[in-house]
Amino acid sequence: MHPRFWCVVVLLLLVPAPLLALNAQEIVERANQAAYYAGADGRARVEMTIRDASGLERQRRFTLLRRNEADGRQRFYAYFEAPADVNKMAYLVWKNPAAEDDRWLWLPALNLVKRIAPGDKRTSFVGSDFLYEDVSGRSTREDTHVLLEETDSHYVIESRPKDPASVEFSRFVTRIDKQTFLPLKADYYDSSDRLYRQVEALQVETIQGFATVTHAVARDLLRDSSTENRFSGVAYDLGLNERIFTERFLRRPPREVLH
Amino acid sequence: MAWRARGWLAAALGWLFCLVLLSAVPVRAWELHGFADLRSGLRLRDADHQRRALLNEARLQSQLSHYGTLALWQLRADLVADEAAPETELDLERGSGPLDLREAYVLLTPAAAVDVKLGRQILTWGTGDLLFINDLFPKDWQAFFLGRDEDYLKAPSDAALISLFWGAVTLDIAYMPGFEADRYISGERLSYFNPLLGRRVGRDAILQVDRRSRLLVEDEIALRLSRTLAGYELALYGYDGYWKNPLGFAPARERMTFPRLRVYGASLRGPLGAGLLHAEIGYYDSLADRTGRDPLLPNSEYRFLLGYERELARDFTAALQYYLERLDAYGAYRRSLPAGQRPRDENRQLLTLRLTRQLLGQNLLLSLFTYYSPTDADGYVRGLVNYKATDALALFAGVNLFAGRHAATFFGQFEDNSNLYGGVRYSF
Repeated sequence: MHPRFWCVVVLLLLVPAPLLALNAQEIVERANQAAYYAGADGRARVEMTIRDASGLERQRRFTLLRRNEADGRQRFYAYFEAPADVNKMAYLVWKNPAAEDDRWLWLPALNLVKRIAPGDKRTSFVGSDFLYEDVSGRSTREDTHVLLEETDSHYVIESRPKDPASVEFSRFVTRIDKQTFLPLKADYYDSSDRLYRQVEALQVETIQGFATVTHAVARDLLRDSSTENRFSGVAYDLGLNERIFTERFLRRPPREVLH
Repeated sequence: MAWRARGWLAAALGWLFCLVLLSAVPVRAWELHGFADLRSGLRLRDADHQRRALLNEARLQSQLSHYGTLALWQLRADLVADEAAPETELDLERGSGPLDLREAYVLLTPAAAVDVKLGRQILTWGTGDLLFINDLFPKDWQAFFLGRDEDYLKAPSDAALISLFWGAVTLDIAYMPGFEADRYISGERLSYFNPLLGRRVGRDAILQVDRRSRLLVEDEIALRLSRTLAGYELALYGYDGYWKNPLGFAPARERMTFPRLRVYGASLRGPLGAGLLHAEIGYYDSLADRTGRDPLLPNSEYRFLLGYERELARDFTAALQYYLERLDAYGAYRRSLPAGQRPRDENRQLLTLRLTRQLLGQNLLLSLFTYYSPTDADGYVRGLVNYKATDALALFAGVNLFAGRHAATFFGQFEDNSNLYGGVRYSF
């Protein structure tokens, strides 16, 4: 092949990806990858502080393991330590982007693996202001996305649900970092176009080359409550065995969650 | 004899404990958790020969665990003081007295595909929700009806549980060297129907039972072979042991007995539409009365369960179950039934409905569980309100309501035990 061809190829590869115009759907896909699929697997310790309107605080503490599978499927394992009444409970999710998730809960006092019926993914996660979908990700195909604005550092995307009856928002606007593709802030508007909910990344660190949100907050502006999530001990590409994400390791916590 | 053998087993376990602990590196060193639980309950109406107060209980549960590279150790024990308890003598099998030892086990992984759990443990399997076909591990019906936490329905077993894993297939073998009976209703606290006297009785006629306590002779074994296929959990079960409730009668000794029992079964659980479906079957082979001609022993039975659960709205779930007990050799049963005794239906049917609603940021739980039997014309309602005031402190109140047309049916016999309870729990 002609050497000039290679020069063109090399030059094209050197052009930063964001400069190649991406459409809204492509940006959202990349943001989804950056936020929920970093590495082949991952682990984090999560400290949640839920603050209600009266100022009362509640704590949740758990270790989360994640493993990516084929076709966007994922497996999650959460091992709870606090509050005391859920200590040693374990929660297993097989996320199926094309169908309902399979979910199991381990109740240590009964020595029982309870299968959980498919649920509304816009339900609060463990009583916090984060929703189940904030934790496991929302399918990018459930909304139509429009690029509202592009600055030097951010994309601003507006997403509207294809099935408005299935969700509590009429639209949400996400600010996505151009370098890392991490969503840094999402504002949710209700049917009367009132801003009622915000999810925001307060701190981003680069861990093993992956931009990682290590401090986030979700605010419910109507109930005046908020939940802060702090992530520590984050690690990627641990080589987590798929066996961990089975009933066997619900009954007995894997060593990987106890570190 | 039994106690000496149990002592020997305990000593062996103690040695194993020291050996494994000394040679292991801790992953998580000793951890202590638990709760303090105060609750009080009373009968909604007076019952003959019984106190109005059913429960005046203070309970301290301590759970001590150690996770090493070789083994996981766990001890969970309740210290109990109950002013309303008629039985104060320590009995770890019946769960009476100042100590209820819930768990004391070690979990080992001798090979990559093998888990072994030895010692006192809570065992559970099967798909039913507060209905059990292939789960023949002991239940504490007294705790369940009295107003203790639902967790206490499961009583502990002294067992060896061996689990073998081949890919998606798992074989569990539970061996109980001593028979683990249900903590059945005996009249001491909750009244029951005594078929010999033909009426509801309480402390005036405490059930006299032959406890099968010969270790390694009167033993039990339960098996489960399970696998997951395309999101569906499939399982086959087997059990060899004894009826878990004293359903037999030995006239010579004038005592109730636990007759021989063998059970074969299967179950399925998985998604259907927007909900979760489960189905379970079992054949209860009553080895001591296969022909069904002996009126003093239970007949064999077919048992069947079908359930469906789905979320109706956000944080609001409903679950419906249909349950059937079909008596085998019904003709022989009817012919041998003593005159004057009300015959049971050939097909005892039961419907259950569970409604669960979570409110106030999932801190307020409203739960209703209803049993209704059209064939027995009886029913049982369990209602519970639980409020988590803080992460540590929960307040709760509940009811257990029994009703029935006849005094002899499963729920009808407990009509005098309908109760109301409330309390507080602090977790640490």
